[in-house]
Amino acid sequence: MTALRLTGDEQAMLDGEAGEAVAIAMRLVVGVARAGGARELLPVGSVHVDGCLYHGPAGLDLAERLVKSGGEVAVRTTLNVGSLDLLHPGLVRADTALADGARRLMDAYVALGCEPTWTCAPYQLSHRPAFGTHVAWAESNAIAFVNSVLGARTDRYGDFLDIAAALTGRVPAAGLHLDSERRPVLVLDCSTVRADLWEQHAAWAALGMLLGEKAGTRVAALTGLPGSLDDGVTEDRLKALGATAASAGGVALFHVVGVTPEEVTTDGLPTHAVTTADLLAARGRLSTAADGLIDAVSLGTPHFSVTEFAALAREVGEGPRFAVPVYVSTSRAVLAEATRLGLLAPLEAAGARIVTDTCTYLTPVLDPGVRTVMTSSGKWAWYAPNNLGIDTVLGSLAECVASACAGEVVRDDDAWS
Amino acid sequence: MTPAPETPAPGLYGRTLHVGEARGAVLHLDEPLSFWGGVGEDGTVVDVHHPQHGQSLTGRVVVMRSGRGSSSSAAVLAQRLQDGTAPAALVLASCDTILVVGALVAAELYDVHLPIVQADPEAITTLAGHVHVTARLSGEALVRGGACA
Repeated sequence: MTALRLTGDEQAMLDGEAGEAVAIAMRLVVGVARAGGARELLPVGSVHVDGCLYHGPAGLDLAERLVKSGGEVAVRTTLNVGSLDLLHPGLVRADTALADGARRLMDAYVALGCEPTWTCAPYQLSHRPAFGTHVAWAESNAIAFVNSVLGARTDRYGDFLDIAAALTGRVPAAGLHLDSERRPVLVLDCSTVRADLWEQHAAWAALGMLLGEKAGTRVAALTGLPGSLDDGVTEDRLKALGATAASAGGVALFHVVGVTPEEVTTDGLPTHAVTTADLLAARGRLSTAADGLIDAVSLGTPHFSVTEFAALAREVGEGPRFAVPVYVSTSRAVLAEATRLGLLAPLEAAGARIVTDTCTYLTPVLDPGVRTVMTSSGKWAWYAPNNLGIDTVLGSLAECVASACAGEVVRDDDAWS
Repeated sequence: MTPAPETPAPGLYGRTLHVGEARGAVLHLDEPLSFWGGVGEDGTVVDVHHPQHGQSLTGRVVVMRSGRGSSSSAAVLAQRLQDGTAPAALVLASCDTILVVGALVAAELYDVHLPIVQADPEAITTLAGHVHVTARLSGEALVRGGACA
């Protein structure tokens, strides 16, 4: 195979000098590095693990084997959602075998020293790697966010390689860790879209759909978009953009010129003009149901942020109780902060159901009989029809709240024309 | 039925993505397949949109351009290898890290060694019949036709 050079420390890990768990992990890292033709490994500053979502006994076997052989993470490691809501037992309708396996898997990852964050948005409160640092993150929205918005460097990690990187602190020097792979190869120019449309969260999800479709797995630059990473809402918008683009196309890095931190040049690149009509059509492709009656509303995929809770609390105000169930998925850390800020009281008064530690598109949380769901999340709209057999309607946060109160889709389409 | 033509000796050379040795009948997949959501517990293709929907991968030398989609495919491949319902070997046109990880984990946990070979995209389309797949630690890999020694 391609000559992979290991440092003395790395060879020692491979030879078992740091224990059996590290040796197993190093065999995974080295095996992937050789397959991909990497010439060396890179140290990483932190890891976000997605392997804690239960897919069957093999994933549990690996995690428990690493625990039994003395495994402990070498760098800071946060955990993505699991298959259960540990704070609200009974909310997820899992059979006993699944619940037992899911619980043991979550316990094993904590035993390895991972932080029980249980969120797909670890970047919202505390896990924010510095610009330019190498990290090993898993989960497609988290990968897109840490690469694009924070400017740290991760390749696309996933099940098993994530925990292997955490135990060894090493990854193959390949993919989006390398300068040459991070440059944009196409441009989406949004400068003709009317400015007030960007106030709507759903417009960013629709743009993510277009980005995923145009870019596939390639790196794109977007021009003509408003925003500043200091203003408190741009991060939520870029979260929606990246999550939808990662779902619809496999995007792991995008650059918003003038907003995201990495300097790029767009000279001479093929450019696609994005119009308001394109965005309206993309919103339509993320909706499988015609406007009409809805059975529920789902918010918070990726997990709701504190600023999104504040926006939701403003929309709900002292309005009527919701006519249909409204689910809000978030992390326990954001829930604690939003509660401390008094943002939960109006939502609970209106009847919102808070889901933590997991997500409503992955696990059986929604009431049986739910057929049509409105959401402000492009990622949820992308996955729910296949995962849950549910029809979706994509709308802005304000439209979702108005529709939840009415029990049917309420649109305000002024900005979309 | 006309017998399928056999892959002629001396066979097709490629590079090792995962070490192993196996033999089996070739099954071509016309589109990339995601093991997560695409392969059932009994090893059949359950993705209703896939051209080979309903066919069994178990024991076959599966030839496809690449895998597709979610990293959870690694867990599903490892699970099929444990269950004994996995392909005998994979022959791909491009490196698929997710499938390599699944094979590495199954080798660690269950001592099952799935050969995964990367070879020329055009050449792999000519594979047919029963073949013998050898993927060596040296990086050299070979797919030979017929009842090879």
